[in-house]
Amino acid sequence: MTMPTIANLDTGTFTEWAGFLDGIPVFADAQGFIRVIEKNERRFDIHNGILCAKPAFDGKSLLSGGEDGKICRTSADGSSEILYQTATRWMDKIATGPDGAVACGSGRKGAIILSSGEVREIEVERSIEGLAFAPKGMRLAIARYDGVELLWVNTKNPNQFLEWKGAHTGVMFSPDGKYVVSLMQENALHGWRLGDNKHMRMSGYPAKVASTSWSYKGRWLATSGAPAAILWPFAGKDGPMGKTPKELGGMGKTMVTRVCCHPSADMLAIGYENGMIMAVRIDDGKIVSLRRDGQGAISTLNWDRSGARLAFGSEDGEAGIIEIS
Amino acid sequence: MNDTTSHVSQSVDKIPVTVLTGYLGAGKTTLLNRILTQDHGRKYAVIVNEFGEIGIDNDLIVDSDEEIYEMNNGCVCCTVRGDLIRVLQGLMKRKGRFDAIVIETTGLADPAPVAQTFFMDEDVQAKTRLDAVVTLVDAKHVVARLKDSPEAEDQIAFADVILLNKIDLVDDDEKSALHSVLNHINPHAIIHETSKAEISLEKILGRGAFDLGRILEDDPYFLTNVHDHHHHHDHQCGPDCSHESHAHHDQTGTHGNLNTIIHDPTIGTVSLRAGELDPNRFLPWIEKITQIDGPNILRLKGIVAFKDDPDRFVVQGIHMILEGDHQRAWRTDEERSSRLVFIGRDLDREKLERTFAACAI
Repeated sequence: MTMPTIANLDTGTFTEWAGFLDGIPVFADAQGFIRVIEKNERRFDIHNGILCAKPAFDGKSLLSGGEDGKICRTSADGSSEILYQTATRWMDKIATGPDGAVACGSGRKGAIILSSGEVREIEVERSIEGLAFAPKGMRLAIARYDGVELLWVNTKNPNQFLEWKGAHTGVMFSPDGKYVVSLMQENALHGWRLGDNKHMRMSGYPAKVASTSWSYKGRWLATSGAPAAILWPFAGKDGPMGKTPKELGGMGKTMVTRVCCHPSADMLAIGYENGMIMAVRIDDGKIVSLRRDGQGAISTLNWDRSGARLAFGSEDGEAGIIEIS
Repeated sequence: MNDTTSHVSQSVDKIPVTVLTGYLGAGKTTLLNRILTQDHGRKYAVIVNEFGEIGIDNDLIVDSDEEIYEMNNGCVCCTVRGDLIRVLQGLMKRKGRFDAIVIETTGLADPAPVAQTFFMDEDVQAKTRLDAVVTLVDAKHVVARLKDSPEAEDQIAFADVILLNKIDLVDDDEKSALHSVLNHINPHAIIHETSKAEISLEKILGRGAFDLGRILEDDPYFLTNVHDHHHHHDHQCGPDCSHESHAHHDQTGTHGNLNTIIHDPTIGTVSLRAGELDPNRFLPWIEKITQIDGPNILRLKGIVAFKDDPDRFVVQGIHMILEGDHQRAWRTDEERSSRLVFIGRDLDREKLERTFAACAI
């Protein structure tokens, strides 16, 4: 690996998402702007305040939810459409799935929007804290107080409820669809193996887990929430049950705020509370510095499809693209 | 607190949050609109749980569903408000568009989970600080509310500042009885009589009521108590009031029918005093008391003089949450004494007094 080069950018506010659409660097900020960086920087006014953003499954557009109650789809050419809208409520949860499916949540209400334009409104007993589509898109997981609801996207079959006491503040499926893992209010993850609903406790974090990423081929689940990236092994048939996680990229007491696994190698990028970014090889823990510290905590990290460029953003607006090869 | 040797960290860069509680119809929305429309040059973000019922005049209003989350630590009183965690995180991403936050709770809201959110969630704690719980009380209807609603009583017991609102609708006798009731439930809150929630904002905002650096500074009970305990006109004590001078205090008069006024007369205050304490006994004691009696303790506050320690030690708590720190050096004109107050339900006064006394040197 040669020395990385950084192209800097300032969003002026909390960077909600930095990444690539169709290979083009795109930055979404909490103010509501989406910036597209080609030869020049173009800035598009999409929302009055962006609260959440995720790229579409095909990587060609960015889905965002805002303080204005809207869900928008924005492409790298800056064109944008409103997919869904509620009056006056903060749209703060979003998930994207195969075939252009989008799910969103605001309090106890939400919606699934299919590429056909069909909208299915959903309502759950407790506030929607997290949303995730299963890899094949048939099911939608909804994190809420006391567990995770699994909803069938295309049928009216009753939800399956994965119960575990406490507040679940986020949720994801493993890439093979065999596990559901939730983020919890009390510095832990909780997992279920869907085959037999077996529980997995993943605890011991000194802080809440805010960021997670599955490694290449789903062998590891990397997370923030500690002064190192914590990686849980998912390669065996029992997942992380009874195993201790790997700790990588420890930099003294500096907390890790973001993790993003490389798309085609057993490597991950780690962002820290002081703005530092490192690349770490999973096998041997070898570290390469990608960015020295900055003004604010790293709030978003995403590789491009080839894994040659890494987009980053921070809580105070410092953002950029790191070229690695 | 001008003392430059203060050990308690100043939370100047954290956004202050004021919580407005009070039964439906007590005047919360009126007060909120006063806060928002007065010409003070400050911008507020407002979080409400009952949006759209009555107009609130502000650019930044966030509606959220009240979500009480129990923490997975086996403690039933360790609750936070999940909706507030989410909304505060969202608000704090765009710093600079407001100077302070006001949370208007529903009439039936329990203030404890709201307050605990500011101590139990690390992200919220990192960026905001709870300034005070302000409770509006409808002077005309509070007596009826107290008979049928424990929430109304909790809101009073939890308050740092109480606005006895619609005071123009009651006569002097009723007024005096109301003060007795409020002082019985919470002798440590500052009470302001208002009509149409009219009050100068410095009396309700920027109170620093949860700031260890200012603990018990504005406490009406300690102010009167320290200065040789004389009753000013609107401070009359309930039957369980622990003012030392009560041995010779007339226990009749307005005190007579309190138990019939209050729905749950088990709520009350225990105030403890001692000289210097042994930290090796006091610290484990307060830990244990809050662990065991936490569910019944609504608020606790105290200033402690440890033997051979030049600095004041201050504590505060909500249920099982306890926070303590060295505050500043004792001044030469101050008596090195320890004072601790508990507001709660079914507090075992005898046990608290006896076990606290055992911490003394």
